[in-house]
Parts: sequence; C-alpha cells; structure tokens
Amino acid sequence: MTRMNMIQAINSAMDVVMERDDGVTVLGEDVGYFGGVFRATAGLQKKYGKTRVFDAPINECGIIGVAIGMAAYGLRPVPEIQFADYIYPGMDQLISEAARLRYRSNGDFTCPITVRSPFGGGIFGGQTHSQSPEGIFTHVSGLKTVIPSNPYDAKGLLIAAIEDPDPVLFFEPKRIYNGPFDGHYDRPVQPWSKHDSSEVPEGYYNIPLGKAAVVRAGEAVTILCYGTMVHVALGVAQESGIDAEIIDLRTLVPLDIETIAASVEKTGRCVIVHEATRTSGFGAELSAQVQERCFHHLEAPIERVTGWDTPYPHSLEWAYFPGPVRLGQALKRVMKD
Amino acid sequence: MADEPGRNLRSLSLHVPEPKYRPGDKVSFDDMPLPEAGSVARPDIAAAPNTLRDYPFTLIRVLDPEGKAVGEWNPRLEPDRIRAILRAMTLTRAFDDRMFRAQRQGKTSFYMKCTGEEAIAVSQAFALDRDDMCFPSYRQQGLLIARDWSLVDMMCQIYSNAGDRLKGRQLPIMYSAKEAGFFSISGNLGTQYPQAVGWAMASAAKGDTRIAASWVGEGTTAEGDFHAACTFASVFRAPVVLNIVNNQWAISSFAGFAGGENTTFAARGLGYGIAALRVDGNDALAVYAATEWAAERARSNHGPTLIEHFTYRVEAHSTSDDPSAYRPADEGQHFPLGDPIERLKTHLIAIGEWDDASHEALKAEVTAQVRDAGKEAEKLGTLSGTAFNHGFETIFEDVFAEMPPHLKEQMEQSIEERRVAGV
Repeated sequence: MTRMNMIQAINSAMDVVMERDDGVTVLGEDVGYFGGVFRATAGLQKKYGKTRVFDAPINECGIIGVAIGMAAYGLRPVPEIQFADYIYPGMDQLISEAARLRYRSNGDFTCPITVRSPFGGGIFGGQTHSQSPEGIFTHVSGLKTVIPSNPYDAKGLLIAAIEDPDPVLFFEPKRIYNGPFDGHYDRPVQPWSKHDSSEVPEGYYNIPLGKAAVVRAGEAVTILCYGTMVHVALGVAQESGIDAEIIDLRTLVPLDIETIAASVEKTGRCVIVHEATRTSGFGAELSAQVQERCFHHLEAPIERVTGWDTPYPHSLEWAYFPGPVRLGQALKRVMKD
Repeated sequence: MADEPGRNLRSLSLHVPEPKYRPGDKVSFDDMPLPEAGSVARPDIAAAPNTLRDYPFTLIRVLDPEGKAVGEWNPRLEPDRIRAILRAMTLTRAFDDRMFRAQRQGKTSFYMKCTGEEAIAVSQAFALDRDDMCFPSYRQQGLLIARDWSLVDMMCQIYSNAGDRLKGRQLPIMYSAKEAGFFSISGNLGTQYPQAVGWAMASAAKGDTRIAASWVGEGTTAEGDFHAACTFASVFRAPVVLNIVNNQWAISSFAGFAGGENTTFAARGLGYGIAALRVDGNDALAVYAATEWAAERARSNHGPTLIEHFTYRVEAHSTSDDPSAYRPADEGQHFPLGDPIERLKTHLIAIGEWDDASHEALKAEVTAQVRDAGKEAEKLGTLSGTAFNHGFETIFEDVFAEMPPHLKEQMEQSIEERRVAGV
C-alpha cells in the first residue's frame, strides 16, 4: 500500500495495465512528453515509449476516431479528452461508432476503448472547464459510464474499464484530484493523504464495473451520488446528524439498481445529488427507477439536488454548485414528510 | 471615416453554387480539361509531398481512346489479371442490377448501386493485399466482390434474412466482413476515415506490414472527420490510402457544394502535406496503378496518399432517389470518361486478349452466378417474407459483450409482453 492522490492512482492504473498488456495505448492532447495538464500520464511515455503514449493534434473527433480504428486493429486505446467540456467534437465518433460497433457488426468488430476525461466543477472553471455531461452519454446504448470518488476506486475502476471489452467513458472529478471536497469552499481542504481511501495497492487489482458502494450505512434516508458529491453528502450527513445511507454509484451504466433499491426499501426516502444540470440529467433516470421499484416503500417524494438548468457560471459558482446548504435543506424537507 | 454609417459602398452578395446543367438543359462537357492518357509522369514512391504539387491538378490516365495502355503509369498487368478485374467489375454490375430489382419487387427495403464506379473499388481490391484493411463507404461493394466474398452472404444481409450475419440489425448494404478485410459500414458519413488512419497507426506502432485504405465520396470531404483524418494521417505518417470518389453528386448536391468549384478534391492533400494524386476513375488500369503506388508508398513507411478518383454517378443515389428531379437525364451519357467496363473490354480486345463473344459469354456467366446466388439467398427468406428472421430477443444481444441487468430486464419484459399478447 502507498498513499496516492487521485491523479497518482489514475497514473498507477495506466502504468499497471500497460505493463500487463502491450496493446494498451495512451493518446491525447499533451499526454505524452509533458505528462498531461493534470499530470495523469506523467512518466508513461518515458517508460513505455512514444508509440504507446503519444501527443495528439487538438482534434477530439480525431482522437476518438483514431482510437476506434486502433481498437478495431486489436489494441486497447485509452484516449484522453482534456476536459469533458471538450468532448463534444468527438460525440459522433462516440455515439454513432464506438457505442454501436459491436452491435451493428454482430461482434465482427469491437471497440474496447476507455475515454478518460476530467469533469465537474468547484474549481472556478467557468462555462467550459466545469461541465458534467455524463447524462448525455448514459442515454447512449452501448456505452458504459464510470465516475470514481476516491483514489482507491479510481485505480480499481480504471483498470476494470481498460480491461472491459466495450467502450467506457471514465469521468474524473477534477475537484477531488488532490483531496476530498465537502463543498465548504470557505474552509481549508485536506489532502488525500489524510483519508483512508488514499491507501492504494501499487500492483494490480480491479473493482468490477456496475457495482455501487455503500460509503455510509444509515437508516433514515438514502442519498444517491457520485464523484465530488459523495464527499458533500458525507459532510452533510455528519453535520446534520441525519442518519443517511450514502451510496456512491461509481458506475452509472450499467447501474447497480439492486443496491439502490435495497437501500430505499429500508429507508423509505431518497435524495439524489449531482452537479450536472437538472432537466433530463442522470438524476431523472435514478428518480424514475426508484419510483418504479420502491413506490410502496416511499414515505416522501424523491428529491433531486442538482446544478441549475443554466450554463456553469464563473463568479457565481457557489450559488450554482449543489453544496452542503442546498443538500442539507433537501434532507430536512424529505425527513419532514 | 470607415465606420461612418450610410457611407456609399456596394452591397455584398452571397455566392450560392449552381450546377452547370439542370433537367431539360443541353449537356456538354467540351470545356472540361482532359489530359491525354500517358501524359503524367510516375514519380518515385518515396517522393516528398511538396515535389508532387502538380499531381492534384491533372489526371492520371493509362487507357487511350483506342484502348491502348500508355505512359509511365501503365501497371503492365498480365492479361489474366486484367480479365479477372474485368470479371469482378462485370459481376459487380450484375449484382447491382439484380439487387435493384429485388428492392423494386419488395424483397428488401433499400439498395444503392455503384454503376459507373466499378473500376474504383474492384481495381483497388486487386492492387491492395488481401489482408490490408478497407474502411469503405456504402458504394464500395466491388471490394467484397473482387475479394471473392460470398454473393449469397451479401444478399442475405440485404434481405435481413435468416442467413444475415448481422442478424437483421443493419440497413441493407451496410456490410461487415472482417475476414475479407472489410470494416463495418456506418450510416454516418466520413466516420470511417479517421478510424482507418487509427488502424494504420496501430499497424505501424506494432511493426506490422499491413496497411489501411478508406473511401469517402466528394460530398463527405466537407465533414470534419475528413479534416481529422488528414491531419492525423499527416502528423503520424500513417500507412493509409485515403480515397475520394468524386462522382460529382452527393444525392442532389453537385460537387460545388463540397468546395469543388474552387479547386480539385485531390488538392486538399497539399495543405496537409500529404501526397495527392488525381486519377481517371473510369480507367481501371490508372486506378490500379495509382493505388499500387500509394500502397507501396505506405508499405515503405513514406506515409499516406490521398487519391481523388474522378468519375460520374451514373445511376440514382439510392433506390429512394430520383435524379431526374435535379440533373439532366442524359448527363451521364455525355460524361467524357465513358464507362469503365467498356473501356477495359476495349483494351483487352485491342491487345488481342478478348473479343466480343468472350465478353457476351462473361456477361451471361456472371448473370447466371448472381441469379443462382439470389435463389440460394432467397431460400433463407427476404424482408418481405417475415420481419422476424431472427428471434426478436436478439435485438438485446451484442449491445455489450455481456448483457447487463437492465437489458436482461427489458428482454424479459419484451418476451412477457409478446406472450401475453399472443404474438
């Protein structure tokens, strides 16, 4: 075991799979010599050479399109999109090609790519360095979507994603790259080294995709969350004294509905939290599924605490970000009924 | 003052391209520049792209008006090989004709012919190695036919029948045949271009010897994927042959709407630093020679080549299209590059390796081959026979390698709903 922050854990995941499988190939803007704008690929080019870790032109359509072709050849490409906000030029390749290749060719060709991309807000990133577009991709059949919330999970889930035979979107909450963040932007942030989940094995392990984690057991209410919001939820539960059961989804598609349903059937209440905008966000899917499966156990309406239906603002970030004040109020509302 | 309002300036005007001829117009291609066969020199395969600047603005042609093969680009093929190319082109046309009729008879929902463009895919399949990976568009059925892929298999896909290897999931003609080095066709235009570059990069990164080739129409060069592919191909010197089939029409839009009024499509390569050739697409020997040059160049690590194949889309865009609504009905007959099959036939006769009787026999033979394949395929059903040539639950398979819980649930729901409804 070594203490790692999330970036080191992600770097270690790629290092471990590249060592084991010489088909694993990393490409993206600034990922090669420089080691990535967030340092996630630092040292990999030096260790594995330029034909396995290389810089790409600034062209997201090309990065993903080329990765699909490399996958069709038989490699396991790990393309990086520098910010999730810039994944849109690659959407046609992701949605029309990567997601459909196995289906449309009846398995003749497959696309085992893992698209890594930093996402989420809380860093004064403004409109184009803060977005959470996961709901756009969870709507696409054929794609898996994974979002870790701590270094241990980040490494285990990324190894599983790269080894997965199908395309995976791996969104990395950049707000918590260096330490967990509970939404109290006015308090000093602790580094990962003070946190248990920064104990990360140096070698190989994986965390299966499609399995949620109960990060806090509770009886009063179920909070469904992922990424940075896991830490916001943990903080609110502690401060409010409400005995919330907090579920870190980890994988959005395929969704671990059994763990979710078992929890809501026990607590009878459910609050869903995500940074992404509300309308048609992933929270709507979660809410619908909980309603369909747990209707007779529900004692209060399901609440969604999300980003507002606006572009992500710069100076008004903390009025937008679904932090402890908003989540705290939602929990109180749900508990009142 | 330049910013003074109301100053006396001419109004701007927007140029919207218009094809030279519309339905009812008298067609003439007399003013089209047409370099003579044999007039273009064949450069070394290692030539630097910046030494090939004239190539996008001429036309590599081998067959002269008498059918003689002339000039440095003559690939000097053995007569048997030329006959094999002629046979695959003729078979492709016969296949198209039968499948077009099958669509009109309601046996399938859709078809697209490649009439007039057979020399391109067929000759190129002969010039490439069989294990080079092709990333085609929807109008390169000649690749499969030249690689002796089963016509029955192709027809089963078109009929979405019980023999369809794609289980009825794909629109007719969107073939996938990995064993034939034929990548799964997508309806989304241009997406295969960067994928071909990626495949070629992977082959190079692995120290393999195989190369990739891809095809788009001139209309698709306007897609962003074209730019992505050319940039990556150039940057990484990918061993790839990037083909543009300029048949002058993208459904109803003439090539001017893809930028063809201002330059050639081959000239796009210059800006990327990619070697670019422009070829008479109805001259099977010129197409072969250019492809062979590009393939040797790629295989020798000299990087990618862009080839514009100048041709004409003789028939409708698809079975859903009526070209008489936007272009003169006789435009194709005036096209000066003629018919690719007729021109290769004339060549073989000119060198004493063919005659009219052999050609008639060939046509009868390939027609019979297609007819026999058609009967075989129809035994396995057609689209009009039943829409359920595959179990309906197969729609849930192969979305992922392993069916995840939500799809299992939906599959069970669909089985239950159909059971209750008694269907």
